[in-house]
Amino acid sequence: MANNLPSEFDVIVIGTGLPESIIAAACSRSGQRVLHVDSQDLHEDVEEAGALQKNHASVTSVNSTVAADSVCLPKEDESLSTVSCEIPAEQTPSSNPESAPEVNDVEAIEEKENDCNDKTCMQATSEKETSENVPTAENTAEQPKKNMITYSQIVKEGRKFNIDLVSKLLYSRGLLIELLIKSNVSRYAEFKNITRILAFREGRVEQVPCSRADVFNSKQLTMVEKRMLMKFLTFCMEYEEHPDEYKAYEEMTFSEYLKTQKLTPNLQHFVLHSIAMTSEATSTTIDGLKATKNFLRCLGRYGNTPFLFPLYGQGELPQCFCRMCAVFGGIYCLHHSVQCLVVDKDSRKCKAIIDQFGQRIISKHFIVEDSYFSENTCSNIQYRQISRAILITDRSVLKTDSDQQISILTVPASEPGTSAVRVIELCSSTMTCMKGTYLVHLTCTSSKTAREDLEPVVQKLFTPYTETEIENEEVEKPRLLWALYFNMRDSSDISRNSYNDLSSNVYICSGPDCGLGNDNAVKQAEALFQQICPNEDFCPPPPNPEDIVLDGDSLQPEPSESSSILPTNSETPKESPYLGNPEEPSE
Amino acid sequence: MHGRLKVKTSEEQAEAKRLEREQKLKLYLSATQAIFQKRQAGELDESVLELTSQILGANPDFATLWNCRREVLQQLETQKSPEELAALVKAELGFLESCLQVNPKSYGTWHHRCWLLSRLPEPNWARELELCARFLEVDERNFHCWDYRRFVAAQAAVPHTEELAFTDSLITRNFSNYSSWHYRSCLLPQLHLEPDSGPEGRLPEDVLLRELALVQNAFFTDPNDQSAWFYHRWLLGRADPQDALHCLHVSRDEACLSVSFSRPLLVGSGMETLLLMVDGSPLAVEWRTPDGRNRPNRVWLCDLPAASLNDQLPQHTFCVIWMAGDAQKECVLLKGRQEGWCRDLAMDEQLFRCELSVEKSTVLQSELESCKELQELEPENKWCLLTIILLMRALDPLLYEKEMLQYFQTLKAVDPMRAAYLDDLRSKFLLENSVLKMEYAEVRVLHLAHKDLTVLCHLEQLLLVTHLDLSHNRLRALPPALAALRCLEVLQANDNAIESLDGVTNLPRLQELLVCGNRLQQPTALQSLASCPRLVLLNLQGNPLCQAVGISEQLAKLLPSVSSILT
Repeated sequence: MANNLPSEFDVIVIGTGLPESIIAAACSRSGQRVLHVDSQDLHEDVEEAGALQKNHASVTSVNSTVAADSVCLPKEDESLSTVSCEIPAEQTPSSNPESAPEVNDVEAIEEKENDCNDKTCMQATSEKETSENVPTAENTAEQPKKNMITYSQIVKEGRKFNIDLVSKLLYSRGLLIELLIKSNVSRYAEFKNITRILAFREGRVEQVPCSRADVFNSKQLTMVEKRMLMKFLTFCMEYEEHPDEYKAYEEMTFSEYLKTQKLTPNLQHFVLHSIAMTSEATSTTIDGLKATKNFLRCLGRYGNTPFLFPLYGQGELPQCFCRMCAVFGGIYCLHHSVQCLVVDKDSRKCKAIIDQFGQRIISKHFIVEDSYFSENTCSNIQYRQISRAILITDRSVLKTDSDQQISILTVPASEPGTSAVRVIELCSSTMTCMKGTYLVHLTCTSSKTAREDLEPVVQKLFTPYTETEIENEEVEKPRLLWALYFNMRDSSDISRNSYNDLSSNVYICSGPDCGLGNDNAVKQAEALFQQICPNEDFCPPPPNPEDIVLDGDSLQPEPSESSSILPTNSETPKESPYLGNPEEPSE
Repeated sequence: MHGRLKVKTSEEQAEAKRLEREQKLKLYLSATQAIFQKRQAGELDESVLELTSQILGANPDFATLWNCRREVLQQLETQKSPEELAALVKAELGFLESCLQVNPKSYGTWHHRCWLLSRLPEPNWARELELCARFLEVDERNFHCWDYRRFVAAQAAVPHTEELAFTDSLITRNFSNYSSWHYRSCLLPQLHLEPDSGPEGRLPEDVLLRELALVQNAFFTDPNDQSAWFYHRWLLGRADPQDALHCLHVSRDEACLSVSFSRPLLVGSGMETLLLMVDGSPLAVEWRTPDGRNRPNRVWLCDLPAASLNDQLPQHTFCVIWMAGDAQKECVLLKGRQEGWCRDLAMDEQLFRCELSVEKSTVLQSELESCKELQELEPENKWCLLTIILLMRALDPLLYEKEMLQYFQTLKAVDPMRAAYLDDLRSKFLLENSVLKMEYAEVRVLHLAHKDLTVLCHLEQLLLVTHLDLSHNRLRALPPALAALRCLEVLQANDNAIESLDGVTNLPRLQELLVCGNRLQQPTALQSLASCPRLVLLNLQGNPLCQAVGISEQLAKLLPSVSSILT
């Protein structure tokens, strides 16, 4: 089908994660010819798993996609160069970040065999799931009560779910927001404010007052506590200017430092776990102050919490950048895999890729997401893991008047050596789940398997779905309708030197990290962009349409491919139709 | 580089912009001209609406054009059918809203909307409330919109409870909102109209306590937010003192009657009316102020005819009735006495406590405690310090005098920008305390030496004082209001920074004036002393004017009746 892509680009981007998408947009905006490919048919394989059944598909496809053996297809003109193959994309890890340790999740394993490939098989899939592998959900068709959501309803409404494999939020003054604004990409997305910051203390979920309005309205704090909290937070905003107030405590942990301040235990808990969101055991005073300041800096820009969440899920964001890329002429090929990279023997530089149809596409720069590399390339790397759980529940962990709350809750580490668990609860107005349900993401750095890491927290916050219990008592905790545990690779913070045999013009993008914000992805994208296009502005806003000079006669020498690829004059920013399969022959 | 969009250079952009602006200006000017021509010619038709809307749509602050529109609309009202008018009004409301989006703080636009709505036979108030809610959603402190909302709520007779709930919701979002607090202060007294609470309309205690808790939440959360402190002050000190006559004094020697009032008033035809009854019969008199300027004043005097002071009767009764204030006072001049008076004691009337006037001292006491708690946490918060001082004043001015002075010192240190204001306030409070002490001692001598006073106030309270010592303060003038001290015989004001003696005028009994060590420069500054008929001793030592050559002669000429002038 796509055997007629142009044969030459400036930049080829493999993988549609956030950093790759940002780089693609930046390069395209700077006038580079960009080809962006992904072996998945979903637009953002890494970030988003579409609707419910799609998610299953992607989770389960892990084994089915056979790692194509690297094939080198030397071309005549390269006859001199033995082509060393940089690894085919369709490797196990490529399709799913969680794939590497996928084995440790029972549900995922069970599904693997029977779940095929396509969205259309959803009915079968779900049936299978219910009977076999979702221990928390009953597939009974009988409805116990009218307004109670049942598992079968969820399956039926599967399209209403947009489940991110990566759970993150946007700090409202974080690098990603600034970039979205600067580049005008923000116009492609809509956001909602996180409405509540929650804390888990003494077995109870409570709301953390963090903004001025929260503190003012809080009924749980005494007057003096209000003052102490506000005073401490105000200090944190400008702690750098008062070194005398914390210098003496620099050696100790932030939690010890908080004890020296006039804060009551519940205030200490709020600041440590819910505002700074730092580790009790390891974070230093400076870490804590920095994190608190960052949290506070983001407050009030868009609302009374520091965070935003994109409607339809975090996975929207790479898509938005891809759109920007396409507007400036970037070409997209999804469900298009790359067999190998072609490396010039003498210069050790990468020259081209060979795609799944054997077409050889040359380019100057190659951006490759970590999971696309072969095991050989990554053989020296010890990846860390992220433990994840995704739940569908029937009510919020903390009920209020409004059922449309988006909350973030930090459950502190229960024992030394483990890490705190971040819980993000999304309501239906985020367009990620059906009405009457909540989509809950749990994330932590792995110390064991995802289930071992996260199940204790799930048990604390939720009750399993059983009808008898409901009849007996009005349960306070939300009921679990569906649960999925998985581990995913954390390829962030890995030095380029750890990879074997990399050509200098092959750039690595890491997969998502465990952190809450997206600063890493943006930093990474900008750094790589600066290497590819030194001295170019990073994602400047698109020009005002009125300022675009349309008379093409002044600058004729358009590269033949791009002019033929674009049906309209390439100077007008218009969306390229090539989001699917390019059809016109380039030469 | 290939593939790059070609964009106009900044010069090209600037040029394009300039041309655009030029074009705009041309259109603007020609439309304005056309409107004025039509208006002059009396052609008030729809074309004027069209033209003005072009301009107002871009610049809603062009007030004259709104006037123009009103003229047109009034004209059209007489010409159009009800259906046509309804369409016209609908268009006008839509247009107004689009103007508000251009500038949500345009006086003219809001005013025009008020005007339009109040002319409609069946205005849709619900829609207007919804409009206000939308604009306040965008900017909760837009006072133009608040004003309009109050207008709408009043017209639509929205229950006060609903409006109160609305202010609640906005305060919850952001308590730093003067408009919202202010609206509460208007709504609460109306919501709690109790017949027995008197004209002051104080709030029932439970409501008061609830409001105090709310506002405490605000100032504990952010003690630097002024809006909450202002509301707090209102809650505690809302009541205006009742109109009253504080003191009535009759002097046989000067054949003069003096009255002091609870507030400044202007007596005269067309102004306030004072009625004087002597021995039960009305007596027509000329009222004047002690300084002779007849401006609004707290003290008024009148000369009495000899007949009403004669010694034939055992006593004369004088009664002054203040018509508007619905108040009166009576005093008796006994046979053989030089003077007679009647006055309220300051402590009885709590004259000086009007800053904070809640009856319940328990409420004040607990407020004082929370403020002191806050002050410990925020030792440098000026609002907290000031509130503590006011609360102490309201609770017991004499008991807390020492503590109050310490708080003033702290306050001055943390708020040096307002040092002069604080000095004046402190002077006022000290003077009040001195008056209270004098009245407890039942004397007519007032010692105010060494108090670091910067200003003199409450002088109308000193109507009966015969000896006043103001030495060793920081006074820069003896103000005109001093003329109210009708009984003053000896005035000591040594070692101040006095430059003018304007207030020492028309003091009928003043015999000695001691103003050593001041800053009197010119003999002319002493001119007013000539109006004090009994002045015999004047000590000017240590003033710059003593250095002048021939000063004694000059002064002797200026003040011939003063027998002893020390320079």
